[in-house]
Amino acid sequence: MWTWFYKLASPPYVYGVAAALMPWLLGLAAVTIGYGLIAGLGFAPPDYQQGDAFRIIYVHVPSAWMSEFVYTTMAVAGAIALIWRIKVAHAVAAASAPIGASLTLLALVTGSMWGKPMWGTYWAWDPRLTSELILLFVYVGVMSLRSAFEDPARGDRAAALLAVVGAVNVPIIHYSVVWWNSLHQGATVAKLGKPSIAGSMLWPLLSMFVGFMLFYGAVLCLRLQGEVLNRERQSAWVREAIKS
Amino acid sequence: MSSGGFWYMGGYARYVWPCIGFACVVLAWNLWSARRYLAAAKIRAARAIAMAASEAR
Repeated sequence: MWTWFYKLASPPYVYGVAAALMPWLLGLAAVTIGYGLIAGLGFAPPDYQQGDAFRIIYVHVPSAWMSEFVYTTMAVAGAIALIWRIKVAHAVAAASAPIGASLTLLALVTGSMWGKPMWGTYWAWDPRLTSELILLFVYVGVMSLRSAFEDPARGDRAAALLAVVGAVNVPIIHYSVVWWNSLHQGATVAKLGKPSIAGSMLWPLLSMFVGFMLFYGAVLCLRLQGEVLNRERQSAWVREAIKS
Repeated sequence: MSSGGFWYMGGYARYVWPCIGFACVVLAWNLWSARRYLAAAKIRAARAIAMAASEAR
C-alpha cells in the first residue's frame, strides 16, 4: 500500500513522473487561467462598491493564496528532508522557493495597485501587508542561505531549517485580519458558511486559483527535474535519462 | 461589456491592466527560468558524464 509513497523518495522515479506530468499540468493551467481571465475581466459584473477595480483580485488573490501554499509545501518538504534525510524532499523545497517568492512579489505588487484607488495609498504598514512582505524576505533568505554554503548538503539543511522556522509566519498572514485591526478586508471566499461573493465573480476566481495551482505544479516539475539532475549527476540512471 | 468599456475598466484601467500585465510577466518568467534551469542542469550532467567517461579511458 505504501509502495507509491516510498517511490517518491527515488530520484529516477520522481524525475520520470515530473517529466510525464509537466505538459498535462501546463496545458490544464493554460485552460483554467484563460477561462478565469476571460470570465473575470470580461463577464463578471463590476463590484457595487469597488467598481471594475475589484477585477485585480483575479490575479491578486490566487497569487496571495499560492504564496502561502507554496511556502507550506516548501516547509513540509524541508521538515521531511530533515527528519527522514530524503534528498528528493530537499529538491522539492529548493525548486519551490523561487516560484513562491515570485508569486509573493506578484501578490504584493497587485495588492499595492489595488490599494491606491481603494485606500488612497500604495502601501500601509498593515498586519496583512507587513506579514506578506516578511514572507517575501523569508523566501529570499531561504534561497540565499541554500547558496551560501560551499557544501550543497549543508546549504540544503540550513535552508530547510529556516523554511521550517519561517512557517510560523503562514498562520500569522492568514489570521492577521482576524487578530488585529486591519485595513485589509477579511475572508470572502475561504470562510465558514456561505462565501460573501456572488457566484458570477466566484467561479472565475476559483478557476484562477486552480490554474495557479496547476501552473505551480508544472513549473515545480520542470525545476524539480533540474534539481534532481544537479544532485544526481554522478548516478548511472542520469546517463540513460540524458540520452533519452 | 462593450470593447471600449472593457479596456476602460470603469476608469480603473491604469490599475487593472498593469496588474494583469505584471501577472503575465511573472508567470512567463517562471516558465522561462524553469526551462532554462533544466536545460543548464542537462548540460552540466552531460559534461559530468563525458568527463567520467574520459577519465575511465
